[in-house]
Amino acid sequence: MSELEHYTLTINGEERQVADAWIGESLLYVLRERLGLPGSKGACEQGECGSCTVYVDNAAVCSCLVMAATAVGTQIATVEGLNQDGTLTDVQQAFVSEGAVQCGFCTPGLVMAVHHLLDHNGTPNEQEIKEALSGNICRCTGYGRIFAAVDSVIAVRKRTAS
Amino acid sequence: MTFTKTQRDILGSSALRPDGVSKVQGDFAFSSDLHAENMLWGATLRSPHPYARIISIDLSGAWKIAGVECVITAEDVPGQLTYGLISEDQPVFAKDFVRYMGEPVAAVAADHPETCRRALAAIRVDYEILTPLTNPEHAIDDSHEPIHPDGNIIRKQRIVHGDVNATGPIVVEGTYDIGMQDQAFLGTESALAIPDHDGAGIEVFVATQWLHEDRKQMAKCLGLPEEKVRIVLGGVGGAFGAREDISLQVHTSLLAMRTSRPVKMQYGREESFFGHVHRHPAQIWMRHHANTDGRIVKIEARFVFDGGAYSSTSSAVLINGVTHTQGPYQCPNAIVDGYATRTNNPPCGAMRGFGVVQACFAHEGQMDKLAAATGIDEVEIRLRNVIHTGDTMITGQVLESVAPLERCIRETAAMPLPPEMEAEPHELDLPGGSGRTAERRNIVRGIGWGVSMKNLMYSEGFDDYSTARCTLDNGSVVLKFATSEVGQGFVTLAPQIARSVLGVDDVTYDTIDTQIGSAGSTSASRQTWMSGGAVDGACRMVRERLFEHVGALHGVDPLRLAIDDTDVIDTIGTLRISVQEASANFSVSETYEYHHRPTQDLDDNGQGNCHVAFAFVAHRAVVDVDVELGLVKVVQIATAQDVGRVLNPMSVIGQIEGGIAQGLGLAVMEEIIVTNGIVRNPSFTDYLLPTALDAPQVLISMIEEPDPQAPMGAKGVGEAPCISVTPAIVAAIRNATGKSIDRCPVRPQDICF
Repeated sequence: MSELEHYTLTINGEERQVADAWIGESLLYVLRERLGLPGSKGACEQGECGSCTVYVDNAAVCSCLVMAATAVGTQIATVEGLNQDGTLTDVQQAFVSEGAVQCGFCTPGLVMAVHHLLDHNGTPNEQEIKEALSGNICRCTGYGRIFAAVDSVIAVRKRTAS
Repeated sequence: MTFTKTQRDILGSSALRPDGVSKVQGDFAFSSDLHAENMLWGATLRSPHPYARIISIDLSGAWKIAGVECVITAEDVPGQLTYGLISEDQPVFAKDFVRYMGEPVAAVAADHPETCRRALAAIRVDYEILTPLTNPEHAIDDSHEPIHPDGNIIRKQRIVHGDVNATGPIVVEGTYDIGMQDQAFLGTESALAIPDHDGAGIEVFVATQWLHEDRKQMAKCLGLPEEKVRIVLGGVGGAFGAREDISLQVHTSLLAMRTSRPVKMQYGREESFFGHVHRHPAQIWMRHHANTDGRIVKIEARFVFDGGAYSSTSSAVLINGVTHTQGPYQCPNAIVDGYATRTNNPPCGAMRGFGVVQACFAHEGQMDKLAAATGIDEVEIRLRNVIHTGDTMITGQVLESVAPLERCIRETAAMPLPPEMEAEPHELDLPGGSGRTAERRNIVRGIGWGVSMKNLMYSEGFDDYSTARCTLDNGSVVLKFATSEVGQGFVTLAPQIARSVLGVDDVTYDTIDTQIGSAGSTSASRQTWMSGGAVDGACRMVRERLFEHVGALHGVDPLRLAIDDTDVIDTIGTLRISVQEASANFSVSETYEYHHRPTQDLDDNGQGNCHVAFAFVAHRAVVDVDVELGLVKVVQIATAQDVGRVLNPMSVIGQIEGGIAQGLGLAVMEEIIVTNGIVRNPSFTDYLLPTALDAPQVLISMIEEPDPQAPMGAKGVGEAPCISVTPAIVAAIRNATGKSIDRCPVRPQDICF
């Protein structure tokens, strides 16, 4: 194709070159297909399901709705950036232990959404949890075990803090 | 709910998913995550019309675009031009006619998805638009020309049982409409096809429910012997029935064979709505005759399942529907007519519940009408009619499964009801959620009931066996099976079985592919029973070989040996040796094929032992309804489910909660809207799915009465949760509003007007 672009993105603290890219590519496509970061998933391509959730300058966004070339100069964080020391985060561990994972396609996006919630509100009530996760669709679990995972993280963090 | 963690991940423990850690980190490889060197992208051109004659196809514009490597149509299919699960009536590419909106017409392979998109836009297809057949009644009354050489009726089946002239003093009837539901798995269809170097074969990584059936259909269309088609399970992002039919398998493979390069194809969400079959929309009429004590005397019924353009599994869905007319109730006399029709609507086939969802919506509506007509309450009317083991069903088949339905109903009824809505509730607790549209003063609470029975495994003489291999080598076990893991957790269960049978903790599983015999489909609530039975059988055979080995080494009759925890013990002697030690330098491998008991076809009167086994469940729903705006919030679902035996409590809970959410979707949210053959809402913006805010409180009781016919006593648990929850919610809405609502999903206008 013609109209090819070169630009640099900052992802999980690292500068990544994007070469010979079509200008219309979404951040989700560039992460997955050009930069080898397939953890963000594409399930609706219109910002309804949250499977592609990443942080751009600490805001949780659907990467399918962001043109990659417009994210130059921002700090982008993806699910792959959560485990740079090789261990699971408390949220990830709780998802595994509490049965919040079935097919797992929504899971990376939900893990990002839960971290984002708890980073901004350490003691959310039931409605706040449901509202914060309502942009992430899970088709397998009916959300029950996901709520259990969130509750267990909050409880453990509270115990650890006191 | 808390789960007990036993020390060993054996049967009965809430063992954790072996793929859980990779899934939370985002490095589990779904089929859409796969890449190959030198890979091309594939894409499909689809019909914009529900019914049209193809006059010409001009591919030249696509070929001219730089980066396009291949363009194919029906002319390029080397083998059989059509495919299908039961009847091979669906074209790989439309040839002379397109019969539904979204039918594949051509496919391209190119260097970038955007190049593919441009290439598809450059293909010119001239259509002569025809008047579509969209009303299934016109398929039945023969008022429309045949839209397919096989005619407009896919199947009809009658059931005549007992005295068709019997009647009772109480007669209630209703006509029930069930909307078209989408499986809406999150991981859309995707495959990576890699051609063999010599061009004589193909390896395909694909998200599917049944690897061997895919292979069979693909080999025929590709003109290859089956052994030249290898299927490897790509990570599956949910299935729920939508991956039982093949979708992009042949297209992707053909593009790869033509270009001699790997080709990846992946549907977007909109395309996914056209790329797989849906739950059949249905219209069901039922008339129940009963005595004044509420006992059913006779049921008359007529079912119309709209199969859409191609047959898929419509004929089996129809049989499931009509044979579940009576629901989990005794019924001595019945006369039922059922039709699966062909129309120019989207093709319909398998979805969780498979025909029984539709039948249950009707029979549960009838039970509430019967309760109203007799003045007996909704719980009592169901208890009076409950079916028991040993009862004869309307097909003449005797119910052999353990049937603890009465316990399901009583335990559900005993669960606590939620507190009344507060005087000043949080806005998110109101119907309508964050839109803050409902007013507290307009909200009415309702309670409704639904109970159901669901057949397990395939029916009508089909031998859907499963195969598994167990290899014990130096204290470690490797399992091999072709059982598709779609998220349900068979990869968790299979090692639990091996640990229990063999006393070994180090159990892994091999790649899931076609390098072993078929496991059948991950559907019909059948893999715990069938593939669980196969793994159990293979492990037991290995255990016998281990006992022979230990017996020979220690001079003990192998018949005296048993596994106790992680040891081999002599049951009447003193020998105790760890399995680890006993299997040092010992290697054995056994393969087992598990078959369920044979079943029969139905005769012309719908009589025959057509089903293998059944599971039972009860649901009670509590809803809050804004009667002015027609908004509904499902507050609580209470359920007691017959599971036979709980093999992994956390997995069972996950299936129950997940199934309830899908049943809730069908009750109040989810419908593919089709007008004159045109799909109006193929996106997650317009097709509404339950979110975290829609999730009700769920109270669960797992009823354990092990079924002697089931390996390990366990029944499949996947489908039961989503069947009677839908009528329970709709009954609760009726209860709140006093309106006679006989369709689902319930829309605001059904409540307000």
